[in-house]
Amino acid sequence: MSARELSYAEAIREALGIALEHDERVFLMGEDIGVYGGAFQVTGDLVERFGEERVMDTPISELGGAGVAVGAALTGMRPVYEFQFSDFSMLAMEQIVNQAAKLRYMLGGAVNVPVVFRMPTGSGLGGAAQHSQSIEAWYAHVPGLKVVEPSTPEDVKGMLLAAIKDPDPVIVFEHKLLYKMKGATPEGYYETPLDRAVIRREGGGLTIVATAIMVHRALEAADILAKDGIEAEVIDLRCLRPIDKDAIVSSVKKTGRLLAVYEGVKTLGIGAEISAIVAESEAFDYLDAPILRLGGVEAPIPYSPILEKAAVPQVEDIVAAARRLAHGEV
Amino acid sequence: MEDVLGALRRMHRIRRFEEAAEDSYIRGLSYGTMHLSIGQEATAVGACMPLGDADCITSTHRGHGHCIAKGAELTPMFAEFLGREGGYCKGRGGSMHIADPAKGNLGANGIVGGGLPIAVGAALSAKKRRTGAVALAFFGDGANNEGAFHEALNLASIWKLPVVFVCENNQYAMSMAMVRATAVANVVDRAPAYAIPGIMVDGNDFATVAEASFEATERARAGEGPTLIEAKTYRTRGHSRSDRNRYRSREEIEAWTARDPIGRFEQEIVALGFATESQVNAIAAEAEKEMAVAVAEASASPWPAVADLTRDVYSPVEGVLR
Repeated sequence: MSARELSYAEAIREALGIALEHDERVFLMGEDIGVYGGAFQVTGDLVERFGEERVMDTPISELGGAGVAVGAALTGMRPVYEFQFSDFSMLAMEQIVNQAAKLRYMLGGAVNVPVVFRMPTGSGLGGAAQHSQSIEAWYAHVPGLKVVEPSTPEDVKGMLLAAIKDPDPVIVFEHKLLYKMKGATPEGYYETPLDRAVIRREGGGLTIVATAIMVHRALEAADILAKDGIEAEVIDLRCLRPIDKDAIVSSVKKTGRLLAVYEGVKTLGIGAEISAIVAESEAFDYLDAPILRLGGVEAPIPYSPILEKAAVPQVEDIVAAARRLAHGEV
Repeated sequence: MEDVLGALRRMHRIRRFEEAAEDSYIRGLSYGTMHLSIGQEATAVGACMPLGDADCITSTHRGHGHCIAKGAELTPMFAEFLGREGGYCKGRGGSMHIADPAKGNLGANGIVGGGLPIAVGAALSAKKRRTGAVALAFFGDGANNEGAFHEALNLASIWKLPVVFVCENNQYAMSMAMVRATAVANVVDRAPAYAIPGIMVDGNDFATVAEASFEATERARAGEGPTLIEAKTYRTRGHSRSDRNRYRSREEIEAWTARDPIGRFEQEIVALGFATESQVNAIAAEAEKEMAVAVAEASASPWPAVADLTRDVYSPVEGVLR
C-alpha cells in the first residue's frame, strides 16, 4: 500500500468504485449521481464505469428513495444512498430512524439492514439555513445507527469501505469544505474502524476534541498555541456512535483540560456528550479547569458570509478558548 | 381444491388468533395495544394466494392476518403478542411488528405507509438479483394520503418493479372516514397518476381478491411493473382498544358484519361442491383447537431476560464484502 495524494471527494469515489467492483450486491442511489456526477462531483464517472443500474439516479424523492434502499438492504443488497445535502435527509427521517435503525431490534435480530447513507454536511459555502446544517448529533442519538464523520481522505475511504461492509445501517457525514482537501490516501482496499477516535496531534497542555472540519481548525489553532508554549492534544473524534470514550478519558487524564469543538448547535450537541463522558469518568478528578465547549450559534445558519463565518467556531475562537483554559481564566 | 381449503383454514386461524388476542386482552393477560382485522380476512388470505416463500410482503399495524396468510405459525405469533422470548421477534416487537423473514414476511409496521417504500426496495432487490420474486405491500386507506405512498408508487412505476400494492380500504383511518380524508372517491383513482393499472375489488370476497392478486403478480413477474389493488372491506372491531366507535353507526357495523367474509366463503365453496358442510365445520373446529394449543404454548414461553435488553440493536457478527 503506497500513499499518494487524493482529494476527499476522490477518496470517496475510489472507495465506492472498489466496493462496486468487489461486490455485486453494492449499488449506489441518489439524486444526480449519474451523468451529472453528483452535486459535489463525488460520484463523478462511476456511472460510466458501472452503468445506470448500479449507479442509479434517483428522483427527488428522499423518503421513497431511502425506503427503497432499506428494503433492498433487508433483502440481500448493499445500497449506498447519497443525500444531496444532509438537510434533505429530514424528508427521509422516517425510513432512517423508524425503519433502518430499529428493524433489526424490533424483529428480534432476525434481519440486518446493511445500508449506508452518505450525507454532505456543514456550512461555509453560502448555502444558507436549509443547505448548511450539522445534524449529526440527531442521528447519533439513535440506537441501531452507526454515525461517523471522517475528516481526511484516508479516513473517508477506509470508513466508507468499512461502512459498506458493516451489517448495520451506517451514516457517513462528509463536511462539504473537506471535499477538495487533499491528503495521503493508501491505494487499494483497506478499512478504517467505525468506533475509534484518533489523536491528530499530541500535547500535554489541554485536550481539544473536534469533529470534521473543526479537526483542521483545531490543528491550525494548535500551531498558533504552540508558539505561546501551549501544547494542545487534538483528538479527531471521527465516530459519534459508537463514541470512543477511552480516547477522550485517557487524553484528559494526561492534560487536565478539555475543549470540545464542533459545528452543530452548541446546546444539547456532541460537546455535551464529550463533557459528560469526562464528568462521569475517572478523568473528572484530573480536571484542572472547567470543561469548555465551542459549538454552532443558537440560530439557523445565515447566508451573508460575514454572519455565516461567525455562526460556527473559527480558528481564532479555538485559540482564544484554549488560552483561557490554559491560563485558568475560565 | 387443497388451495381453497387451505385458504379457509388460514382465514379461520386469523379469526381465532384475533379472538384469542381480544380475549387475552379483556382478561388482562396481555399488554400494550393491538389492532384487530376481524372482517378483513379474505383480503389478507386472497392477496397472498399467488405468493411463495421467496416473495416478500410488508404489512401494517393491523397485520395479524397478513402474517398468518403468509404462513406464520400461531404459537410464535401469540408468544410475540404476549411479549415472550419464544415470539417471532423474541418479544421485542409485539403485535405491531410480527415478522417472519424466512417466509418472506418483512414485518408488520407501526408507521402508516412505512412498509410501502420498503416493499419497493425488496422488489428492486429481487429484480437486481434476478430471483423472479415479487413484493407485495399491504396498507390501509389511511396510508394513501401519506407521502410514502405516492413516492413508492412513482418509484415502482418508473423502474417497472415487481410490486403489488394492496390497499385494504376498511373505510376508516382510526376515526377519519375515507370520504373526509381523501380527495378522490377511491384509492385506485390514484393509479393513473402513476401510470399503473388499478383494480378495485370487494375485499370481503375471497375469490375476487385472489383473482386480482394473481393478475397483478403475473404482471409483476413478467416484468410489466406494479399494480394497485384496492380491496373494499371493513373492520368490525374498533381501531384499537381505545376505540369507542363514536364515528360510525351500529347499523353500519351490523350491515358489514352480515357480509362477513368467512361465512360467505364457506357458503360459496359448499355451493360449488368444493367441500361439504361437515368438512367446512371440521376446518373451523381444527383452527379453534390449534389456537387453544398455541395460547397454551405461548403462555408457557419464558419472558425475555433483562440481561438481553440491548441484544440485537447491532449485529454481533462482522459484515462481509465479497
